[in-house]
Amino acid sequence: MYVYIIKRLAVAIPTILILVVFSFVLMYWAPGGPFNSERPLPAQVMANIEAKYGLDQPVWKQMIDYVWGVVTRFDFGPSFQYTDRTVNDVIAQGFPVTLTYGFWSAIAAVLVGVTLGIAAALKHNSWLDYIAVGITIGAQALPNFVMAPILVLIFTLWLGWLPGGGWNGGQWQYVIMPVIALSTSYMASIARITRSSMLEVMNSNFIRTARAKGLPMRRVVLRHALKPTLLPVISYLGPAVVGMITGSVVVDIAFSTGGIGQFFVNSAFNRDYSVIMGITILVGMLTITFNLLVDILYAWIDPKIRY
Amino acid sequence: MPLLDIENLNVTFKTGDGDVNAVNGVSFTVDKGESLAIVGESGSGKSQTAFAMMGLLARNGRATGTVRFDGTDLLSLSPRALNKVRSREVGMIFQDPMTSLNPYLKVSDQMAEVLQLHEGLSKKAAINEAVKMLDAVRIPDARARVTMYPHEFSGGMRQRIMIAMALLCRPRLLIADEPTTALDVTVQAQIMALLAEIRREFGTAIILITHDLGIVADACDRTLVMYGGQIMEEGATTDVFASPSHPYTHGLLAAVPRLDRDDDTLQTIAGEPPDMSHLPEGCPFTPRCPIARPECMGTKPGLVGFGDDRRRSCHAPVEEVV
Repeated sequence: MYVYIIKRLAVAIPTILILVVFSFVLMYWAPGGPFNSERPLPAQVMANIEAKYGLDQPVWKQMIDYVWGVVTRFDFGPSFQYTDRTVNDVIAQGFPVTLTYGFWSAIAAVLVGVTLGIAAALKHNSWLDYIAVGITIGAQALPNFVMAPILVLIFTLWLGWLPGGGWNGGQWQYVIMPVIALSTSYMASIARITRSSMLEVMNSNFIRTARAKGLPMRRVVLRHALKPTLLPVISYLGPAVVGMITGSVVVDIAFSTGGIGQFFVNSAFNRDYSVIMGITILVGMLTITFNLLVDILYAWIDPKIRY
Repeated sequence: MPLLDIENLNVTFKTGDGDVNAVNGVSFTVDKGESLAIVGESGSGKSQTAFAMMGLLARNGRATGTVRFDGTDLLSLSPRALNKVRSREVGMIFQDPMTSLNPYLKVSDQMAEVLQLHEGLSKKAAINEAVKMLDAVRIPDARARVTMYPHEFSGGMRQRIMIAMALLCRPRLLIADEPTTALDVTVQAQIMALLAEIRREFGTAIILITHDLGIVADACDRTLVMYGGQIMEEGATTDVFASPSHPYTHGLLAAVPRLDRDDDTLQTIAGEPPDMSHLPEGCPFTPRCPIARPECMGTKPGLVGFGDDRRRSCHAPVEEVV
C-alpha cells in the first residue's frame, strides 16, 4: 500500500511538469499579451516592462526559469496585473476563502445527497422517492448563477437573515449562501448516483442473503448495503471535491467572496500568465491528490482491491 | 402436524406489462426431518415459492395464501417476527455462491452476526461457533481462514460457507435453492453429500429446489414437480421416477441424457415455457402436451390423490400416462 502511494506520488511529478509545459505553450501561442492595450505603449517603455518580467528572454529560457522557480522555491513569480503582488500572494489571499466554502459545500453535498439518495432508494416508487427525484432534477437544472440571486432575494432582501455578500473573515453568516449555491448541483448528482447505486445493491444476491439471515432492515442497509452503494459516489467525489474547493467564479462574483475562482477568470481575461499558471498547477495538484485519495478509499472499502 | 404446511400459495409480480402470476395455488407439506425436492424448469415458480415463504420476494411481488411453519402463518407475521424465524428456524442457501456472500465483509463477520443477533452471543463466542460449523462442513483450516473475505475462497468452498452460515442456529428447515447449479460436477456431488450428512446429523428437514433431476434421485424422500407456477405431480421420489404420472414429468425424465440409449440427439420437450403473464385457462402444459385433450385448454385439472400417497394434476387418466 505504502509502496503504491509512493509510486503514485512519483508519477504525479512528471504529470504536473507536463501540465506546466502544456499550459505555458498554450499561453505563449495565444495572441496578445498582458501589457497590450488599445493605445500601444512606447517601444522603450514596453521593452523595460518586458525586461522586468523576463519576457525579453527566449521562450525556452523563460520556461526553464519558471519551472526552476516553482520546483526550488515554490515561487510562481510576480503577478503581471497586480503590481507588487506575487502569485503566491494572490493564492494565499483567495484560496483560504474558496477552501472554506468549498469544504463546507463538499460536506453538505455528501451528507444531504447520500441521505436523500438512500431514502429515495429504500422507498422506491413512493411519494418520498418521487419528491427526492423531483428535487434532484430541479437542483441540477437550476444553474448557480440563477440560484445565487434567488438566494439573495429570499434570505437578504425578504427575510433579512443573511448578508447579501462579502466574506468578513469567513463568519458563518457569510458562508451559508455561497455553500448553498455551490453545493446544490453537486448534492443533486450525489443523490442521483446514490439512489441508483443503492437500488442496484439492494437487488443483489448478498442483500437477499442478509435478509434471509433475519437481520433487521437497518442493519442490512448500514452494514451490508452502504459500502458498495458508496463506491460510485466516491469515484464521483474525487473530481467533484476539487471542483468545489477551487471554487466557482459565479459564487465569487455573486457574493463578492474574493475567492480564487474570480482571480482565475480575471487572470485569463487580463493575460496574467503567472496567475493562470499558478492556479492551474494548484488545481492540477489537488486533482492528483484527490484521485489518489479516491483510490486509497476504494482499496479500504473493497477487499478485492489490493495495491 | 407437519413442520411446514403451505396452502393455496399465490405469488404475483406487478410489472409494466401487467401482472405476472409466478405461483398459482400451490399447496404441500414437509414433515420434520423430511427432504422434499421441488423440480421444474426455469420460471416454473419453484424458487419464488421459497422466497414467498420467507418474505424475500422482490419489491413488486405479493404473496397470498397461508404458509404455516410449526403452526404459525409466516405470511401474516410482522417483519420483526419474521426476522426471528429467518435463519433461526428456517435457513436458506442460494444458487450462486459467488454473489450470495457479501464481498465487502469478512466471513467471520458475516457468520458471527447471525449468532450475535439470534442467540445473543458475544462476537468472540460467535466466531468460535462459526469456526466449529465451518469445520463441520469441512472447510480446511477454518480457524485461520474464517477472517478471510469471500473472494479468497473457491465456489465450492463458498457454498460450504453459505451452508455453514445457514446452519448456525440449527434451523429445523433448510431451503436449498439450486445449491449446486453454479458449481462444477465433482463439487456438486460433494455439496449434495454434505447436505445428506447434515440431514442425518442435525435432523434438519430440507427443501431442495432444482432443475437437475440427476441430483434429486438419491437426495430426497419426496419429489414435487412444478410447471407454470403449479404443481403437476407429487409423490415419493422412487415412484415419481419409476412411474411418472404426468406427461410433463415424462418429458422431463426423457430429457435427461442417458448413456445406455444409443441416441445422437438430445431429447427435448417441444414448444416454449409458458408466458407467465398470460397463462391458459386450463392446464399450463396444454400447448406442449403430447396427449392434450379438448378439456385441457379450458378447465384446470385439480390436484388429485391417487396410488401410494401421490398426487397429480392431469385430465388424462393415470393408466394412459404411466
